Amino acid sequence: VKASNSLSFSLQAKMSRPVQARRLEGIDKNVWVEFVKLAATYSKVNLGQGFPDFPAPDFLTEALTRALSGGNHMLHQYTRAFGHPPLVKVLAQFFEKLLGRDLDPMTNVMVTVGAYQALFCCFQALVDEGDEVIIIEPFFDCYEPMVKMAGGTPVFVPLRPNPPKDGRLMSSADWQLDPAELASKFSERTKAIVLNSPNNPLGKVFSRGELGLIAELCVKHDVLCISDEVYEWLVYDGKQHIRIASLQGMWDRTVIIGSAGKTFSVTGWKVGWVVGPDRLLQHLRTVHQNSVYHCATIAQEAVSQGFQRELTLYGKPESYFVQLPKELQQKRDWLVQSLDAVGMKPIIPEGTYFLVADISQFKSDVPDVPNSDEPYDYRFIKWMVKNKGLAAIPLSAFYSEAHKNNYTNFIRFCFAKEEATLKAANDILQKWKQEKTS
Amino acid sequence: MFLASRNFCCRSIRTCQLRTDLLSRSIKHSASATMPFRHKNTRRIEGLDSNVWVEFTKVAADPSIVNLGQGLPDISPPSYVKEELAKAAAIDRLNQYTRGFGHPSLVKALSQVYEQVCGRKINPLTDILVTVGAYGSLFSTIQALIEEGDEVIIIEPFYDCYEPMVKMAGAKPVFIPLRCKNDGNSASSADWVLDPAELANKFNSKTKAIILNTPHNPIGKVFTREELQVIADLCIKHDTLCISDEVYEWLVYKGNKHIKIATLPGMWERTVTIGSAGKTYSVTGWKLGWSIGPEYLIKHLQVVHQNTLYTCPTPLQEALAQAFWIDYKRMDDPDCYFYSLSRELESKRDRMAQLLKEAGLKPVIPDGGYFMIVDVSTLNVDLSDVDEKQPYDYKFVKWMIASKKLSAIPLTAFCGPETKKQFEKYIRFCFIKKDSTLDAAEVILKNWNKQ
Repeated sequence: VKASNSLSFSLQAKMSRPVQARRLEGIDKNVWVEFVKLAATYSKVNLGQGFPDFPAPDFLTEALTRALSGGNHMLHQYTRAFGHPPLVKVLAQFFEKLLGRDLDPMTNVMVTVGAYQALFCCFQALVDEGDEVIIIEPFFDCYEPMVKMAGGTPVFVPLRPNPPKDGRLMSSADWQLDPAELASKFSERTKAIVLNSPNNPLGKVFSRGELGLIAELCVKHDVLCISDEVYEWLVYDGKQHIRIASLQGMWDRTVIIGSAGKTFSVTGWKVGWVVGPDRLLQHLRTVHQNSVYHCATIAQEAVSQGFQRELTLYGKPESYFVQLPKELQQKRDWLVQSLDAVGMKPIIPEGTYFLVADISQFKSDVPDVPNSDEPYDYRFIKWMVKNKGLAAIPLSAFYSEAHKNNYTNFIRFCFAKEEATLKAANDILQKWKQEKTS
Repeated sequence: MFLASRNFCCRSIRTCQLRTDLLSRSIKHSASATMPFRHKNTRRIEGLDSNVWVEFTKVAADPSIVNLGQGLPDISPPSYVKEELAKAAAIDRLNQYTRGFGHPSLVKALSQVYEQVCGRKINPLTDILVTVGAYGSLFSTIQALIEEGDEVIIIEPFYDCYEPMVKMAGAKPVFIPLRCKNDGNSASSADWVLDPAELANKFNSKTKAIILNTPHNPIGKVFTREELQVIADLCIKHDTLCISDEVYEWLVYKGNKHIKIATLPGMWERTVTIGSAGKTYSVTGWKLGWSIGPEYLIKHLQVVHQNTLYTCPTPLQEALAQAFWIDYKRMDDPDCYFYSLSRELESKRDRMAQLLKEAGLKPVIPDGGYFMIVDVSTLNVDLSDVDEKQPYDYKFVKWMIASKKLSAIPLTAFCGPETKKQFEKYIRFCFIKKDSTLDAAEVILKNWNKQ
């Protein structure tokens, strides 16, 4: 009898009731899964996903090698959960300079598994069911599902393009918030606003005035600011990255997010951090200790040495934070030239290593399909990678579902690439243009 | 109120001025409509801020203390593991993002190793998720599959994160203790068992999952096939999931065998099995773990992962993959690290047990894992004058750290609120320590009674 009971039980082996938690509703899709696969399959030149194809700086990889050969095998064991002491100490020192205030490495800094996990900790720690979170469009795509997973309601406000009258190429500075529109998005349910400056995908570097506008509203409505500043060092044309936390009334209500991946061109190391007041960070620590608890020790050790070096070279020409933006500005300018020459209209980014181009004049090869459920730029990207071997990302990927069809003639390129890669991209574009005109 | 006070104020011009200033300032404040800062923690983390490790790792950070508390090896990882990381560190493309759900060479290696162990085909892309330590696997599993209204059975004593993770998911932890068979006289971890009737009573229609940890931290129990069958039968009967934390899977001592509950009939489809590079290769600081299970469960963990940290560090995953290939090729060889480590630890276990007995303590010999619990009541250390409201084991450990310079972890740190009385006479030692650490512990234990 026992045997036949277990047989009939095993026939119903699979869970018969709904198995996944409701917090996963609506967040299962992810643009990168599809586009990374496409690029891997078809692309000869990949300007899609945002990571450098040039090497990480020697001083950083040497720091990792030194840590490994140094004989301290305890670097292979757990370190302090909220951040390896040498790393939080040097981050505190660095950000003290930048923010002009004293920072306690133990309470004002926490290390995370990339800026991605820092964002996750912010939303889980600070956003409850029913809270509204303002997200500026276009946005790094994870903000929306993270807000939803925390039970919050995303409220979108767009950057709107104001094309220059004199016919010059648009700059990311020409995409702006409408102050009245922004103010209208704040309600008594607004818990936080997510700010990303320099902005991915447009490359916009918010000006002091624009930040002041946001800050005023945060203070007025007692709203938190989650400030994603991963591209803080990638700012061009002598522009300055301004930290909203340094504005009046903002330190106490802002969590600043940073990334070793973007700072030191090591996206695969997944070391990020948050800087902020203890009364906010204490809640992020609670989330962290109940989700991943520790971050990998050896990567933190190497990054701390990278920052030590930058601390001594701060502001000097040999500083990586001076050299990297210089190199990337050159690459930006090459790509701008390439795109402009063929009739794709680049929007010149003030920062980041991304550039958005307007393809409305260029798109003759890829016909419009009315009533398609896919935005035009998605179709254009897929056609381009399959037929021309050039990978990019559609701008609609950075918009909420409701607004995906607002800007369907723009695509995003990543220019953190070797000169050879950018030249190869140029060749593809030139050939394509010739094929169109002949 | 301010207006009223103004009418009474003019005893002196200065007082009037002061009050006028206060009044105008208060008007300015309300005119700018600044609200008092109202931001506190979200409901999901209410009450989850304290953590036993924060307290005890701080205390034991003093280098003059022999630290047998926190579970981290002070022995070196095998040299080939360190070499693989050095090799990976030299390959430039490994400094950039890899596949989100797990670096391809790593998930391939894991699928090969576990196909061998489980005797079934495992798809590296759909049946595996690589996470930030087994800790991250537990979190992904619980966030993916557990929610408000669910109950989750947790066996006491338990690795302390299970309870707050279940609570953070909005669910209710339901505890069931392991009970000592011989009425408190326990020589072995095998003496600690679940009462089948008591266990069956814990299951109801709300029970979403049971968390199993074998080999068990802190007791070191290795659940037998029969014990696993009891749990499996209940899971199938009540349509419950099993979250099986098997991080110590390779650390089983002579006469014991680690059995994966997922290999029992009817269990693959309802089990997520969790493993750890930290425990497999003595590299807790690499923070890599994995969840293995059927696609229809793992896909939800992948959704959590893509919305929490997206991808794990690349060079560490590549190094781990290479280490796994080296040991996969010698899985039939006793020199395979999966077996050689447990041999090394068995002698440390035996040495530790001997020293503790000689000092008059009563160790519970573990069948697996690298922890040992010890009954300290035999020493009759009177701590009634310590007027903290903490359970005896907390007081004992603090006293032992201060007076003997030896640290351990109190067992009630691993219990729910109801069983503190049952477990407060035990403390937990970690024995994955190099010889010099155990030598230092030996000196302390040998001199214990001489003070």
